[in-house]
Amino acid sequence: MFETSYSEAPFKFELIPIKLRSVSFQKLGNNLIDDISLSINSKGITIILGPNGAGKSILMRLLHGLEKPSSGEVLFNGINLNNTIRLKQAMVFQNAVLLRRTAIENLSFVVSLQRPKQTSNLNKLLQEVGLYEKKNLPARRLSGGEKQRLSLARALVSRPEILLLDEPTASLDPYSVQMIETLLIKLRNQNTKIIFITHDLNQARRLAEDIIFIHKGKLEAYQSAREFFNNPESKFAQAFVQGKLIF
Amino acid sequence: MQLFSESLQTAFYLIVSGNSDLFEIIMLSIKVSLTSLLGSIVIGLPLGAFLAIHRFRLRSIILSILNALMGMPPVVVGLIVYLYLSRSGPLGFLSLLYTPTAMIIAQMLLVIPIIAALSTQIIEDLHIEYRDLFRSLNVSTFKAIMAYIIDARMSLLTVILAGFGRAISEVGAVSIVGGNIDHLTRVMTTAIALETSRGNLSLALALGFILLAIALGVNIFAVKVKNWAMDK
Repeated sequence: MFETSYSEAPFKFELIPIKLRSVSFQKLGNNLIDDISLSINSKGITIILGPNGAGKSILMRLLHGLEKPSSGEVLFNGINLNNTIRLKQAMVFQNAVLLRRTAIENLSFVVSLQRPKQTSNLNKLLQEVGLYEKKNLPARRLSGGEKQRLSLARALVSRPEILLLDEPTASLDPYSVQMIETLLIKLRNQNTKIIFITHDLNQARRLAEDIIFIHKGKLEAYQSAREFFNNPESKFAQAFVQGKLIF
Repeated sequence: MQLFSESLQTAFYLIVSGNSDLFEIIMLSIKVSLTSLLGSIVIGLPLGAFLAIHRFRLRSIILSILNALMGMPPVVVGLIVYLYLSRSGPLGFLSLLYTPTAMIIAQMLLVIPIIAALSTQIIEDLHIEYRDLFRSLNVSTFKAIMAYIIDARMSLLTVILAGFGRAISEVGAVSIVGGNIDHLTRVMTTAIALETSRGNLSLALALGFILLAIALGVNIFAVKVKNWAMDK
């Protein structure tokens, strides 16, 4: 398995490494995550790949504490996932979940939760995602891509150290995809650890520093992106990279 | 048909002539109904929201009771409130029987189940949508409840209207606990019942038309507010 620190610069990430120790998750008798152990040390973008139903979203929910492992533990820099750590994370869901309010009110809602209040320039955040002109529009009136960009902006209000994204660019237009990718690269350069689920192999090639590949709840590969695409660790990963159906 | 047209004329005359007795009845009806509605909103909405977002052992029993209470006969509610507020009852020392306050209490008991039960369903749907987001943002229960109420405000407006409809049109409970005392506890519904029993159908129908006009006016206003808010 792949375990490395990519950066030669001093490691600034307080929640790194992210470790899963023998993590399993069962629901209704099904083993959705099966004894996964890995240590994410990279400060770049980690991409989770895998076919539909592989357990990618569950894995991300376990990392964010939305699900509790049936067994095993999730550690951030040696500390078990707790509320303090969770507040240093933010997650963008596959289907943009937006409050039935205006775009700017979706962001100010997060500010209203902060104790103590952090200074956030919400207008600037909306500008970053290209929604400043639409800040007073009801969120429900935005297009799919705009909704997802607004979700991303809202996730950034709390200035997370770890950003978890569950297929944020699925079925978006190329403009929205490009805008989100540009923002993610900018965030990565500002030392935000990003963990990202995608089905898009080209996107993974563009963004990933390391790749987690899971299949049927099992960890099949955890490699640097270059190694993963050149020489995948498992036959399933190899088939996936070649665009073959895997069962 | 002649009776209807006569009643309409009577109603029109009573209104334009500024009949003080009529306006006293109308104002008391509105005051009692709006006060009971407000109290029911304050209790019913947070209760509905709480039941929508929490799972606990007695939840389904409470929901069943609330659902059953939605169809509770007003006279039974009136009787229960009467027994509590009567001089020999546990709350008799408050001397509230045959006062507008007693009518407000009775109406609240009728409206709270409607608001709580219907808002539970609406907020539960919203909770399913927001649940992961709120857990992700570590939103407190209080903040979540407030957010649900704010975000479901359009649907909840319909619930509140249903509650107002129940309150303003109610006659059984308020006549038992209010006593239909002239210049003190007489509201439109009890006045209609009284005038009908006296055979004064024209005045009863006139009051009925005014009651309908108020209910219609409130609904039109609510629809306007809803449309305005939807356009925002």
